[in-house]
Amino acid sequence: MSGAGTASNQARSGSSAARQRWAPWEDPNEKPHVRIVGVTKRFGDFVAVDNVSLDIYKREFFSLLGPSGCGKTTLLRMLAGFETPSEGQILLEGEDMSGVPPYERPVNMMFQSYALFPHMSVEKNIAFGLKQDRVPKAEIDRRVAEVIEMVQLGQFAKRKPHQLSGGQKQRVALARSLVKKPKMLLLDEPLGALDKNLRTQTQFELMNIQEETGITFVIVTHDQEEAMTVSSRIAVMDHGRIVQVSTPGELYEAPLTRYVADFIGEVNILEGRGAQREGDHLVLQCPDAGCAIQTGPYAEDGGDESLWIALRPEKVRISKEPPADSSRNCMTGEVWDIGYLGNLSTYHVKLDSGKMITATQANMARLIERPITWEDRVYLTWAPDAAVVLRD
Amino acid sequence: MSSSPPPAAPATAPQAAVESPEVARQGTQKLLKYLVIAVPYLWLLAFFLAPFLIVLKISLVEVRVAMPPYSELITFVEDGWIAFHGSLENYLWLWDDPLYINSYLSSLKIAATSTVLTLLVGYPIAYGMARAPRRWRFALLMLVILPFWTSFLIRVYAWIGILKKEGLLNLALTHLGLISEPLTILNTDIAVYIGIVYSYLPFMVLPLYANLEKMDLSLLEAAADLGCRPIKAFWVVTVPLSMTGIVAGCFLVFIPAVGEFVIPDLLGGSETLMIGKTLWTEFFNNRDWPVSSAVAVILLLVLIIPIVLFQRQQQRSAEAEA
Repeated sequence: MSGAGTASNQARSGSSAARQRWAPWEDPNEKPHVRIVGVTKRFGDFVAVDNVSLDIYKREFFSLLGPSGCGKTTLLRMLAGFETPSEGQILLEGEDMSGVPPYERPVNMMFQSYALFPHMSVEKNIAFGLKQDRVPKAEIDRRVAEVIEMVQLGQFAKRKPHQLSGGQKQRVALARSLVKKPKMLLLDEPLGALDKNLRTQTQFELMNIQEETGITFVIVTHDQEEAMTVSSRIAVMDHGRIVQVSTPGELYEAPLTRYVADFIGEVNILEGRGAQREGDHLVLQCPDAGCAIQTGPYAEDGGDESLWIALRPEKVRISKEPPADSSRNCMTGEVWDIGYLGNLSTYHVKLDSGKMITATQANMARLIERPITWEDRVYLTWAPDAAVVLRD
Repeated sequence: MSSSPPPAAPATAPQAAVESPEVARQGTQKLLKYLVIAVPYLWLLAFFLAPFLIVLKISLVEVRVAMPPYSELITFVEDGWIAFHGSLENYLWLWDDPLYINSYLSSLKIAATSTVLTLLVGYPIAYGMARAPRRWRFALLMLVILPFWTSFLIRVYAWIGILKKEGLLNLALTHLGLISEPLTILNTDIAVYIGIVYSYLPFMVLPLYANLEKMDLSLLEAAADLGCRPIKAFWVVTVPLSMTGIVAGCFLVFIPAVGEFVIPDLLGGSETLMIGKTLWTEFFNNRDWPVSSAVAVILLLVLIIPIVLFQRQQQRSAEAEA
């Protein structure tokens, strides 16, 4: 996971400044490319998608992320036109899509199973969509050659799908859905069938192709790492609802709920009470931690009810020396378990209250020189902004 | 000779003792395997190849008024010599008399036409079954197979009651006021077509159903997504993908329909020319066993071509799937 993460940062570093500035969802003058307005989908008694509203902007790489059965695929199929919303509207460039059948929507989909036509060659599969639009033959040939070039399938053009490997099939499916230059490309678990190495590699290719073509991508995935890598924004879904829509960074650093915090990466969750305001921050009493916790900036007053606090393992410093002020943002416990991952070590620390806390540390020193070992008494500290208050 | 094995004997003897039950078991397994394979081959040998050789033999000799009504192919003469009396005269006779050639051609035409009709009727049925809700499919499949529980002959007889001048069909149509005069259907080629299409429909529906049922429906979604209307998607996706089912169904109908005798005999008219009927007349009315045997041999040769083609096509589709 961390390997992919560092690679992603390197790949982005060239255009990172441009990327950070590009945030059309923050611009009130920007018109959304796709608007999903109060969409609900019921299958009998089962509510697959529950009152979802979402704006997706042009050129976005938007992810719908959630566990299986959370309604993300149903939402995607409604965008493609395979399912009709029970309630609500889908607008594409301001145009209501209800009643527009899939074959008339300027939207293409890449299927999870790829759904390549087994009786047609790679070329014919890719040309299929253009043929339906009665594009002149010369232009079909030109555009098919172009996308075949883009996905590097040159020598496989005459092959049938059953003569291709999984990765090659995936490229054909991608080429076929790109060749019509759709206003929106829907990808249903596009990398789900690939093995891990190929998947990481293909993620970056997908990002490059998206940037090159400027097509709005909407991708469905259950793989949080994949969503974090490729997306401009991510919508986390749970039981048919959207829990949070944020950029990958925000989603990780400022999750709104326990569900999101838990789903994206690893997290320690603590319960705090008796919130008191201190400038932008809240200070909570946390019996499990055995100390007071000063949280990151939080607008609302906590009141008397208990609040949940998220603390990412890599933000926790682990040390055998007590800090200057151990009454605040400092937990003490005993090292229970150490997971050595090479670049990182994961420490499971059992607090005096019995609660287990996970802390990860980069292994800057060699393994032999590692200062902390089993049953050591350690102090866990963190920067005041690291602890995030969750809504529920 | 007795002195040479001892050095090797101590080493191999225990091994052999260990191996022998294993070897014996492998031997029985092999024997069982051959036995299982042998049963159908023996069956075919006894009930297909032997009768065919007898027919072939009779087709080479002359008719005579006796019991059996044909001359001997091989006779033993003195000094252990064997005399061979065969000739191809019966086959030349078939070539000379246009009745036989016309019968063959007419049979092929009727079989081909009814195969196409069966396909036209069977495809929608198979398609409907394959796309029906899963819980209904077994019941629908049973409905297709159910007619086999009644004798084929009785079912063809029943069509006489339906198709004859004062039969159920004419009665219904007159009552509905669609016709004023009863239609003559029985004893025409139309009745033969109806009979063949009805009787062989399951042979068309079953392979088609098996094929259509396993089709990946996301392919149709992909076609729609790429701008293809459902009706066109049927022609460019569903039909090409069901081609193996179509070919299998067509051969299963065409091959037996060529040699069909009961249906043209019961439902067809005197003008309905089919080789099965000609053969019957030759055999039972003219009592010319040698000529009717020649008719049968030629019929087999005519059918072997499509059977070989069918076999090759099945093999190719099996390889394509693997």
